[in-house]
Amino acid sequence: MKMYEILSKRKLNHDITWLVIYAPMVARKAKPGQFIILLTDEYGERIPLTMAGHNSEEGTIDLIYATVGRTTMLMDQMGEGDTFFSIVGPLGKPTHMEGLKRVCVVGGGTGNALAYPIAAGMHNHGIQVDMISGFKNKDLVILEEEFTANTDRTFVVTDDGSYKEKAFTTDKLKSLLAEGNEYDEIIAVGPPIMMKLICQIAQEAGIPCVASLTAYMIDGTGMCGGCRASIGGEDKFVCVDGPEFDGTLVDWDELIQRNSYYREQEAHDREHVCRLTGGVRYYD
Amino acid sequence: MINLVNEKNPMPEQKPDVRNKNFLEVAEGYTEDMAVREALRCLQCRKHPCTSGCPVSVRIPEFVSKIAEGEFEEAYQIIKTTNSLPAVCGRVCPQENQCEGKCVRGVKGEPVGIGRLERFAADWHAANFGDEEIEPAQSNGHKVAVIGAGPAGLSCAGDLVNKGYEVTVFESLHKTGGVLVYGIPEFRLPKAIVAAEVKALEAKGVKFVTDAVVGRSVTVDELMEDGFESVFIGTGAGLPSFMKIPGENLLGVCSANEYLSRINLMKAYLPEYDTPIMHGNKIAVVGGGNVAMDAARCAKRMGAEDVYIIYRRSAEEIPARAEEIHHAVEEGIDFRYLTNPVQVVGDENGYVTGIECVKMELGEPDASGRRRPIEIKDSNFILEVDTVIMSIGTKLNKLILETTENLEANDRGGIGVDGKAATNRPGIFAGGDAVTGAATVIKAMGAGKVAAAGIDEFLSK
Ligand SMILES: Cc1cc2nc3c(=O)[nH]c(=O)nc-3n(C[C@H](O)[C@H](O)[C@H](O)COP(=O)(O)OP(=O)(O)OC[C@H]3O[C@@H](n4cnc5c(N)ncnc54)[C@H](O)[C@@H]3O)c2cc1C
Ligand SMILES: Cc1cc2nc3c(=O)[nH]c(=O)nc-3n(C[C@H](O)[C@H](O)[C@H](O)COP(=O)(O)OP(=O)(O)OC[C@H]3O[C@@H](n4cnc5c(N)ncnc54)[C@H](O)[C@@H]3O)c2cc1C
Ligand code: FES
Repeated sequence: MKMYEILSKRKLNHDITWLVIYAPMVARKAKPGQFIILLTDEYGERIPLTMAGHNSEEGTIDLIYATVGRTTMLMDQMGEGDTFFSIVGPLGKPTHMEGLKRVCVVGGGTGNALAYPIAAGMHNHGIQVDMISGFKNKDLVILEEEFTANTDRTFVVTDDGSYKEKAFTTDKLKSLLAEGNEYDEIIAVGPPIMMKLICQIAQEAGIPCVASLTAYMIDGTGMCGGCRASIGGEDKFVCVDGPEFDGTLVDWDELIQRNSYYREQEAHDREHVCRLTGGVRYYD
Repeated sequence: MINLVNEKNPMPEQKPDVRNKNFLEVAEGYTEDMAVREALRCLQCRKHPCTSGCPVSVRIPEFVSKIAEGEFEEAYQIIKTTNSLPAVCGRVCPQENQCEGKCVRGVKGEPVGIGRLERFAADWHAANFGDEEIEPAQSNGHKVAVIGAGPAGLSCAGDLVNKGYEVTVFESLHKTGGVLVYGIPEFRLPKAIVAAEVKALEAKGVKFVTDAVVGRSVTVDELMEDGFESVFIGTGAGLPSFMKIPGENLLGVCSANEYLSRINLMKAYLPEYDTPIMHGNKIAVVGGGNVAMDAARCAKRMGAEDVYIIYRRSAEEIPARAEEIHHAVEEGIDFRYLTNPVQVVGDENGYVTGIECVKMELGEPDASGRRRPIEIKDSNFILEVDTVIMSIGTKLNKLILETTENLEANDRGGIGVDGKAATNRPGIFAGGDAVTGAATVIKAMGAGKVAAAGIDEFLSK
């Protein structure tokens, strides 16, 4: 096996892909909630992805990514047997599990990919897990089997009702709370606007709420400050202090703004990938 | 025959209005002829104060006299006995505060261009003997781990491999070189020079493991369990500081480390790389060190029309190397001395539109001996900019201290060491910025050498 080789690649839906990669240095120490930073090739961008799982004995890690821009489009062009140029990790603090007995994990859209290792990790740790997994519509539903197998209860909801229950994740959380379910903690992973609302609901119910933040990153070790976010009025670096934070302390509006900084350049880059190269630079 | 001209031989350079649009090296280096003429300015005075000004005591009069005699390779070999990175130090050392600051010729005119001569000797060697086969060193069977591939780590690894140790260097980034690669720009220090140093170490048998964040991928204690008998920590001081003023998280504010990494490490200036970068047109760089100069000069090269340096003291106190300031001014950077930012202002979408500053004046000297800047009341004004680069210093990264059992810090928050670079834990050594906080390449390199000697002594017992 070559270092950082793709051992298996599986499409979960039109936009989301599951990779298993040989990265023994990372797998050896990986814990739920931690992420890696990868480079497709020498010319690439360093992008962070959460580890969806790992196998220390086999030396493999799992990544689930959504195709949203240039780097992830380039990843779509790579297949089994291809290798990444660089993968560094595990980075970030692992998911906090100490003292928790019962939790509710809420995943929205692609956020479900990031929520999966958290929910499964907590479940394997002996914590009782209710999972709310929300999607826009039926075509986008991912990981249902995996969630069902690795949590106590999984509730799949869709915005338009084209699959399972018609509800937003926020509605579902409210109804679970109204039914009298009690949680030690609620974990929100998804679009910032969803996380903001989930945290509000949790706060009103007096339940601690943890949100997993995404931010632009370069090094992932605290060197660039590009990933900084205001948490309770203090600047924190998502890569080393996070990625999970007390959701009630997050300045959501600022976070939403900061994540849009490179949008124009990225849109341009994306077009560039499609138009010029038909997808890839080259791979030996 | 001594050359009595009072000025240094001028350094051939790219013209300011040409070079501020490219990333090629600014200073092109002396020819043999220029080097000999410059070397002949040295008086060979008996006390050689220059050597005492050098943190690693390079035998300056000796190597300079070899250059004067045209024995360039010998000159290089003399430098190499105490300095592992002459091609780097000749380019980036703050010579005016070190060797050249003590040069007797500097009393009446300009000092001997020691840095330029050091660079000349190193470049001459690379051009004429650069591709000589390097013999792998004979192993003595002892394994040592070096953490961080900056100047401290590289010099420590170099000295150890020469003594026969099996050295493995662990580096968290995907490239080796530390600040020399991610911070200092190509136009000041071509990356090929750093790559050549690393290649030479590899040829001698040093192993490099990139993508390895010690403390996360593997801990110091695990390295020792895995069979490394000694560990050197040279992880630098890379955590950027911010001013904690309003508006610092607006879109268009970043640290100099981020800006420089995007450009130098991730090559945002080359079209074949994917790295996005803030393409500001009016950029304010806050700070007055080498890092600020590098950010400002990069900003100009990335196409910004107006680039300002905002520094709260006066031209007299500015800490950057004299040559960098001189070059920055020539390239059209606008220096705003005695000016301090109070907030960054933005539009309704969160994009930076300006930086509000206040004028300063200098009061009584403070603890550092420099005159303390004091705000002038009601002197606030807004400088219109679309990008702000904060370059007000870096702090120490706590990762290694937090993840290594019982490793003690010093009072500055760095890793605590004694005079032989040994920490409180037997077998664990540290040096460079990780110990002192942000300092210089030559000091980091010197610390790596001290640690190599300490490790050798420890393992020879
Ligand atoms: C700690 C962390 C863990 C992550 N885990 C995962 C994961 O497991 N699976 C997954 O699919 N994605 C994850 N992300 C997001 C992922 O890093 C981005 O989708 C990726 O960088 C996009 O790169 P690109 O070049 O393909 O797209 P780009 O062209 O760079 O971006 C395309 C679009 O994605 C948005 N975007 C870019 N970077 C980010 C970001 N860091 N966070 C949020 N939105 C972004 C942009 O605003 C833009 O609209 C994670 C991010 C972080 C910080
Ligand atoms: C932009 C800029 C310009 C400068 N200009 C000058 C100049 O002109 N002259 C001068 O003398 N000095 C200059 N300096 C200062 C000089 O570069 C530093 O003092 C010097 O590089 C310190 O060397 P070091 O080896 O201690 O650390 P660094 O060069 O910082 O190297 C540390 C290395 O360790 C790696 N690392 C960190 N944490 C870990 C970990 N946990 N695991 C593995 N690896 C890790 C880092 O990625 C890095 O590669 C400048 C600095 C900057 C930022
Ligand atoms: S990614 Fe650079 S500091 Fe967090």
